[in-house]
Amino acid sequence: MGVGIEVTNLNAWYGANHTLQDINLNIPANHATALIGPSGCGKSTFVRCLNRMHETNPIARVTGTVRIGDLDIYEDAKPVEIRRRVGMVFQRPNPFPTMSIYDNVAAGLKLNGYHNRRVLDEIVEKSLKNSALWDEVKDDLKKKSGASLSGGQQQRLCIARALAVDPEVLLMDEPASALDPVSTSKIEDLIFQLKTQYTIVIVTHNMQQAARVAEKTGFFLNGRMVEFDSTHKIFTNPSDKRTEDYITGRFG
Amino acid sequence: MTRIRFQQSLDDLKENLLVMAGLAEQAIQRAIEAYRVRDLSICDLVSRSEIAINRLERDIDQAALDLLAMEQPMAIDLRFILAVIKINADLERVGDAAKSISDRVRNMDQMAVADLPVDIPRMASLATDMVRRCLQSFIEADPEMARTVLTMDDAVDAMNRAAYKALTKVMAEQGHIAPQALNALMICRSLERVADHATNIAEDVIFWVKGADVRHHKIAGGGRDPQAGR
Amino acid sequence: MAKGNKIRERMRAVTDHAATGLAVLSTLLVVAPLVAIFVYLVYKGASSLNLAFFTELPKPEGETGGGMANAILGSGVLLGVASCIGIPIGIGGGIFLAEFGRGTKLANAIRFTADVLNGVPSIVMGVAAYALIVKPQNHIIPFSGHFSAFSGGVALGIMMIPTVCRTTEEMLLMVPHAVREAALALGVPNWRSVLSITVKTASPGIITGCMLAFARVAGETAPLIFTALGNQFWSASLDRPIAALPLQIYVYALSPYDDLHRLAWGGALVLIVLIVLAVSLVRFVAGRGVLKGAS
Repeated sequence: MGVGIEVTNLNAWYGANHTLQDINLNIPANHATALIGPSGCGKSTFVRCLNRMHETNPIARVTGTVRIGDLDIYEDAKPVEIRRRVGMVFQRPNPFPTMSIYDNVAAGLKLNGYHNRRVLDEIVEKSLKNSALWDEVKDDLKKKSGASLSGGQQQRLCIARALAVDPEVLLMDEPASALDPVSTSKIEDLIFQLKTQYTIVIVTHNMQQAARVAEKTGFFLNGRMVEFDSTHKIFTNPSDKRTEDYITGRFG
Repeated sequence: MTRIRFQQSLDDLKENLLVMAGLAEQAIQRAIEAYRVRDLSICDLVSRSEIAINRLERDIDQAALDLLAMEQPMAIDLRFILAVIKINADLERVGDAAKSISDRVRNMDQMAVADLPVDIPRMASLATDMVRRCLQSFIEADPEMARTVLTMDDAVDAMNRAAYKALTKVMAEQGHIAPQALNALMICRSLERVADHATNIAEDVIFWVKGADVRHHKIAGGGRDPQAGR
Repeated sequence: MAKGNKIRERMRAVTDHAATGLAVLSTLLVVAPLVAIFVYLVYKGASSLNLAFFTELPKPEGETGGGMANAILGSGVLLGVASCIGIPIGIGGGIFLAEFGRGTKLANAIRFTADVLNGVPSIVMGVAAYALIVKPQNHIIPFSGHFSAFSGGVALGIMMIPTVCRTTEEMLLMVPHAVREAALALGVPNWRSVLSITVKTASPGIITGCMLAFARVAGETAPLIFTALGNQFWSASLDRPIAALPLQIYVYALSPYDDLHRLAWGGALVLIVLIVLAVSLVRFVAGRGVLKGAS
C-alpha cells in the first residue's frame, strides 16, 4: 500500500546554487503525480530529495521537512533505510551489467542480506509479473544478463528490481524518455496498474504522458513550484499564466 | 516566442471562421430584406451563399482536426479550437436558417399580402443584433460582451411564443390567410433558431476565454443565469 | 570544377592508402622484434627441453645434464608471496582512491607515492628489501637476518603494488555512475555497493591489471640478487634462500660452461611460456563466470 508524501518548506542547494526554493506540496497516496517543467527547473532535484539520493553529491544541502507517511525522512531515519521504502527508476535503464535477470531483480534483497532461496524465487516472480516482464523472460532468468535485453525490457527490469524490495513509494525520473513509443505505452499502462499499490511520482517533460497517467500535476519553474493541481485543470485551464505559457509551448 | 507556425495556423483558423461568419450574417440580413421587400432575386443570392457556407464549414472542420492531431494543443489553444469547431457548426445552421427564411419568402410570393399580428422585422433585428454581438465578442475575445447576448435570448423567446399564440389564432379564425400565417410562423421559428445559435456562439466564446462551461445554466423561472461561469 | 574535384578525390584516396600503409608498417615494426625473440628462443632453447629439465636439479659444475626444476618451483613460490602482498594492497589502494578518497589530500598523496614507486629501479627495490629484511637481526620483522624467499617475495610484491593500484582505480572509475546510483537507490549501503557491484563490474579490468603486474615481476632478476639469493637445491621454504628462473638464467648465462648456457636458453623459453600460460589460465577461469551477453 502506498503512503502520502508531505513536503514543507523544502529548500535545496548544490554548493552555492539554490536549486529548490520553498517547496510545499502534498502528494496523495496511491495516485500518480506528475512533475513537469523546463530543463533545469529543479524537478529532478526535488524527486531526489524524496529518497535522499541528492546526498550522494557531497556539495548538496537540504533544509525543510519531508514526511513520507508519518516518518520525517531527514530527522527520523538514515538514507539507506529511506531508500528501501522509496524506490527509484532512472531515465536511462541501468541494470547491473554483470548480473543475470534473476540476480538483478533480487539484488536489492540479496545485498541487504536476504538469502532464502524460495522466498527470493517468489519475490522475483512477483516483481517481474508486476512489471509486465515475466512472460518475456521467464525461461532465461538465470542464463541471460540484464544488459542483453532491449531498452524497453531493461527499463521494466529496473522497475521490477525497484519493486522487489517492496517500497511504498516509487519515484520515476523520466522513465520513458529513452524508449520508443510502444515501450513507452507499456510503461504507462504499467503505471496505471502500479498506482493501486504504490504512490508514484513521475518526472516527465512529455506533457502528453503526464496527462495520460497522472491524477495530479505540479509545474516547476526556476526552482519553485508554480502550480500544483489536478491534471485536468492544469492542462485545460491552468490558473497561472506561466503554467499556461509552458504547456502551450509559448515559453520564452 | 516559440511555436510561430502554430500561432499562424491558429490565426488563419480564426480568420477563416470570420469569413464564414460574415457570410452567415450577410445571408440572414439578405433573407430578412427579401421578406421585407419581397424580392426574389435576393433569395437567389441567399441560395448561392449557402453553397459557399457549406464548403467553408468543411474546410474549417478539417483545419481544426489537423491542428488537434498534429500540434497537441493544450489549455487555451485547445479550448479555442474546440470553440471554433462548435461555432463553425452554429454558423452553418445560421446559414441554413437564412435559406429556410428565403424559401418561405419564395413560397409567399404567390400569395396575397396579409396583415398579420406579428412584428417580424423587430424580431429579425433583435436576432441579427445578437448575431453581430456574438461575432464581435469572438473577434475581440470579450466574454462580457458575450454575456449580454445570453440575456437577449429571453426576449426573442418571448416574442416567438407570442407569435405562435397570435398566428395559431389567426389560422383557426381566418382560414383564408392560414398559408401566410403558417409561413410567418415558420419564419419566426427560424429567427428564434438564429437567436439560439447566437447564444451558443456566445457560450463558446466564454468557454474559450474563461475556461468556464456556462451552458444550460438556467435559474429558476426559466431565465438564463448571467452570473454563471464567473 | 568537376576536374578539380576529381583530382582532390584521387589525392584523398592516395593519402588514405598511405596512412593505412604506415599504420600496418608500424604494427609490423612493433611485432617483428617480439616474434624474432620468440623464434630465436625456440631455436636456441627447445633443444635443451627434456623431461630432465623439468624434474632435476642442476648438476654440479662441469657435469652435463640436469635441469632447472628447483628454479621453476622457486619462481612459483616467490610469485605467490609477491601476489599475496601486492594484489590485496594494490586493489585495496585502488578502491580507496576511486571510491572513498576522491579529492582528498590523502588520496593525492597515495597516488603520488604509487607513481614514484613505479619509477624506482628494480635493483634499488632489492637493496631496500635487503636493508629492511635481510640485514636487521631482530624478532619483529619475520624471517629477518638472512637471505630468504620471503624477502624476495616482498621486494617483488612491492613492485606489483603501483600497477595493480592504478589499474584498479582506473577500471573502477570507468564503471558508469548510473550503475552505482542504481545500487544506492535500492538502499544498499555504500561499502556494499562498492564491493558487490562496482568492483564486480570492473573485475575484468582489475584482473587484467593484476596480470600485467604479475607478468612484469615474473621476469625481474635484480631485486632477487640480494634477497632470494638463489639456491642449487630443492627448497620451498620462506625462511631460506630460494632459486628463481630469471636469477638462474642470469647466473648460467655468465658462467663459462656451454652446458649451463644451454640450460639458460631453455630457462628463458620456459619463463616466457609459463608467463603466457599463467595469464591465459587466469583469463579462462575469469571468463567462465561471465554470462551470455554481459558486458
